[in-house]
Amino acid sequence: MNSLASTDLGPHDLSETPINLSRRGFLGASFGAFVLGVALPAGPARAQAGAGPAIDPGTRVPAFLEIRPDGSVLLQSPFIEGGQGIFTAMAQIVGEEMDADPSRFSVVAAPPGPDYLVVNGKLRITGGSMSVRTSYERMRRLGAIARRMLLQAAADRLGVPLADLRTEPGKVVHIASGRELAYGELAPAAMTLSVPTDVPLKSPADFRWIGKSVPRLDVADKSTGRATYSIDVAVDGMLLAAVQHAPRLGCEPAALLNEAQVGAMRGVHSVHRLPGAVAVVADRWWRARKAVEALQVEWKEADPFVQRPFPVMPADFSSAALKDKLIASHGKALDAEVVGDVGGAMGKAAKVVEAVYDAPFIAHAQLEPPAATARFNADGTLDLWVPNQAPEIFQRNAAKLAGLEPEQVRVHSPMLGGFFGRHFYYEASLAFPQAMQLAKAVGRPVKLIWSREEEFLRDTLRPMGVVRFKAGLDARGKPVALEAEVPGEGPRFRVNKVPLDKPDPTAVEGIAEKPYAIPNRRISQIPVPYPVMIGFWRSVGHSMNGFLYETFFDEMADAGQQDPFALRLELLAGNARLTALLKSVADLSGGWRRGPYTAADGSRRARGIAMASPFGSEVATIAEVSVSKNTIVLHDIWVAIDPGHVVNPAIVEAQVRSAVGNGLSTALLEEVVYEHGRPKARNYDQYPILPPDRMPPVHVRIIESGAPMGGVGEPGVPGVPPAVANALSTLLGRRIRSLPLSKAPLTASAS
Amino acid sequence: MELRINGMTHQIDVEPETPLLWVIREELGMTGTKYGCGLAQCGACTVMIDGRVARSCVTPVESVAGAEVTTIEAVETDPVGRKVVAAWIDNQVPQCGYCQSGQVMAAVALLKENPSPGESEITEAMVNLCRCATYNAIHAAVRQVAKA
Repeated sequence: MNSLASTDLGPHDLSETPINLSRRGFLGASFGAFVLGVALPAGPARAQAGAGPAIDPGTRVPAFLEIRPDGSVLLQSPFIEGGQGIFTAMAQIVGEEMDADPSRFSVVAAPPGPDYLVVNGKLRITGGSMSVRTSYERMRRLGAIARRMLLQAAADRLGVPLADLRTEPGKVVHIASGRELAYGELAPAAMTLSVPTDVPLKSPADFRWIGKSVPRLDVADKSTGRATYSIDVAVDGMLLAAVQHAPRLGCEPAALLNEAQVGAMRGVHSVHRLPGAVAVVADRWWRARKAVEALQVEWKEADPFVQRPFPVMPADFSSAALKDKLIASHGKALDAEVVGDVGGAMGKAAKVVEAVYDAPFIAHAQLEPPAATARFNADGTLDLWVPNQAPEIFQRNAAKLAGLEPEQVRVHSPMLGGFFGRHFYYEASLAFPQAMQLAKAVGRPVKLIWSREEEFLRDTLRPMGVVRFKAGLDARGKPVALEAEVPGEGPRFRVNKVPLDKPDPTAVEGIAEKPYAIPNRRISQIPVPYPVMIGFWRSVGHSMNGFLYETFFDEMADAGQQDPFALRLELLAGNARLTALLKSVADLSGGWRRGPYTAADGSRRARGIAMASPFGSEVATIAEVSVSKNTIVLHDIWVAIDPGHVVNPAIVEAQVRSAVGNGLSTALLEEVVYEHGRPKARNYDQYPILPPDRMPPVHVRIIESGAPMGGVGEPGVPGVPPAVANALSTLLGRRIRSLPLSKAPLTASAS
Repeated sequence: MELRINGMTHQIDVEPETPLLWVIREELGMTGTKYGCGLAQCGACTVMIDGRVARSCVTPVESVAGAEVTTIEAVETDPVGRKVVAAWIDNQVPQCGYCQSGQVMAAVALLKENPSPGESEITEAMVNLCRCATYNAIHAAVRQVAKA
């Protein structure tokens, strides 16, 4: 049916890709090769695989929990908090089974270590909307083991059998006598106990906190400026550093024309050449930045004989030319999904529709610019404070760079000031190797901050998306064949260095394996390399492919004179989950009406619908638009999301709203344009992101169908651009096939 | 020069054109005020100068000599500030949180000047960027204080 099942383990969809590797094989080879693209150096993890029983991630309670005398709990989270609410969700999940109130938890990001490989019990990544769904049972079990340890400690203390005890939040109760022992007083003894790890879990019917909108644990600190991020880290004796990157990736600094003058500027400690950059270290960052920007640097072209883990940016590269090239490319097609006989069906079709759709490169534009602090210690160890979505991967690479063993590198993972896929291990987009080199050079700790301009120059981008679509319709206007050719590269194979001799699932996700019953389908990728750093962006391939497919769907519906909502419903016949979802979003919006129609305020409006199946969840989105003063106005966006079942409805809703904002931002405004090998925009003035006055009311309905748990952080994105574009196309009376919509003239078609 | 921040006087020795943001963060070690863009585009660096909203990343420190600067660190010493923080918590506004110091300060400045702003006044005043797009919640929180 399809060839998407893959053993290339990117940081996405792992729950959908069972990993049937032995532990030894996993640790010895595959982890490094597939996840990292970097060989795993010999270290404690591998040693453990060879010697004695390996650590079963998520079972050693003291690695995760510190129960303090007052009963408050410190939880080491395997996942990094960056706004998605994972610290709170982890406290809920662990607290539920432990019988400890999540509001008594404080949560920090755990250091690297084998205990924390809780993603399907095999690895540790914060991404792919995977955290809760891939660790849910394991983290519940951790809480249950902790509870058992506390019960055992109480049994020992009281000299009674376990069966005579029960727990209430924060305490063990002796049933017969009513005597209570607080967790805080039991903890010192409990944490030394060895108990069975196959403890039973609660019945969901008995849940006290899971499924409830427990308040987020980080909100108070984030509302008062107390939350600290990588950029806020301060260590004794540190110096501050700023960089100027080569204007094109691959270029190297040659002459520094005014080094002496810059070196003499107030506060400047030293001037440095780094791979692909120059840096100034100073007593203050502002001085370092002023100085490094004053540096007059002659850059030399990339040495073609040097091997690099990233492409060299050609001096003549432009994103417009790449788009033309993709549209015209006709290389070998790698089939991702083939069903039926597309050629035959297309030949017999009463009508054939063809169109090319495109979406641009997109920047992460998270509000916190990258910052990293490196400190080499007298004992030979290294401390790193670095924004990251994968501490062990950063640890291994930092160790390799420093010539240390991984266990000599302590990776601290502060709160992320937004991430959206920005903080995976992208070789050309990392501040920490520069911080390490500078710290080594000056013999003191160094905090390096990239200016916003340097970040826009070196961000790893969401890939440009182009699809050539062709659909065949029967005499009644119903689609009988669909062909989609996807030229270009996907992010997963690029980041994980997988050769493109088969389709990258992240290039075609959202186009292949759509749920619509079109009997003949062929979806293929045509590899075309991008000379740009590409990586993961919130909802990955779905984020552009949702637009590309679901807008062509409406074009196909129009060609067959079908209502796009009714056609979706018809093509989902027999799929109870998606039929219910589609009807639900229509209901939420007050009933499907496409328009154009005149609203009560006199404005002409239209609505668009789109569906997406990202990260194990199902989403349907409706948007209502009008045009006023040559600007697209969003009136409302309605989203129905079915993630199977949820841990915290308020956080799910907040994530959907946030994803809608990101999706809308890409629909309306965002586009990274390269000319002459350089990005045109270096700050938000040239790269606008969604401002508050363009955020419409968002209405969210969560459906818990009971299906296997899906992701939450990303799935709200992909439905928004097509829902908006479909509405606008209806309003204007002509198809819009390119993003962002700010490029589209907003005059209505004469027809 | 002398700098008044959160009711305290500090002696600082920096180049007069240094942005107030970096004086607050680096000379005084108060990191609640954030650097986002350096161009007055995003508002993560928002503080109050003599009660008015200001973007500290483009405010030369010499221009605030003699003025009273208020940062997020002092937000809860002010009755309006306490209400705004409470509304932020009630509405569970922050996600990544990086822009929220600036958002809170913009809201406090608005509500101190105009205790009951209307919808359009809220929209005109609350212009800081949030990449997590917490805009619906920000608006609801400001409205909650405005109507209280």
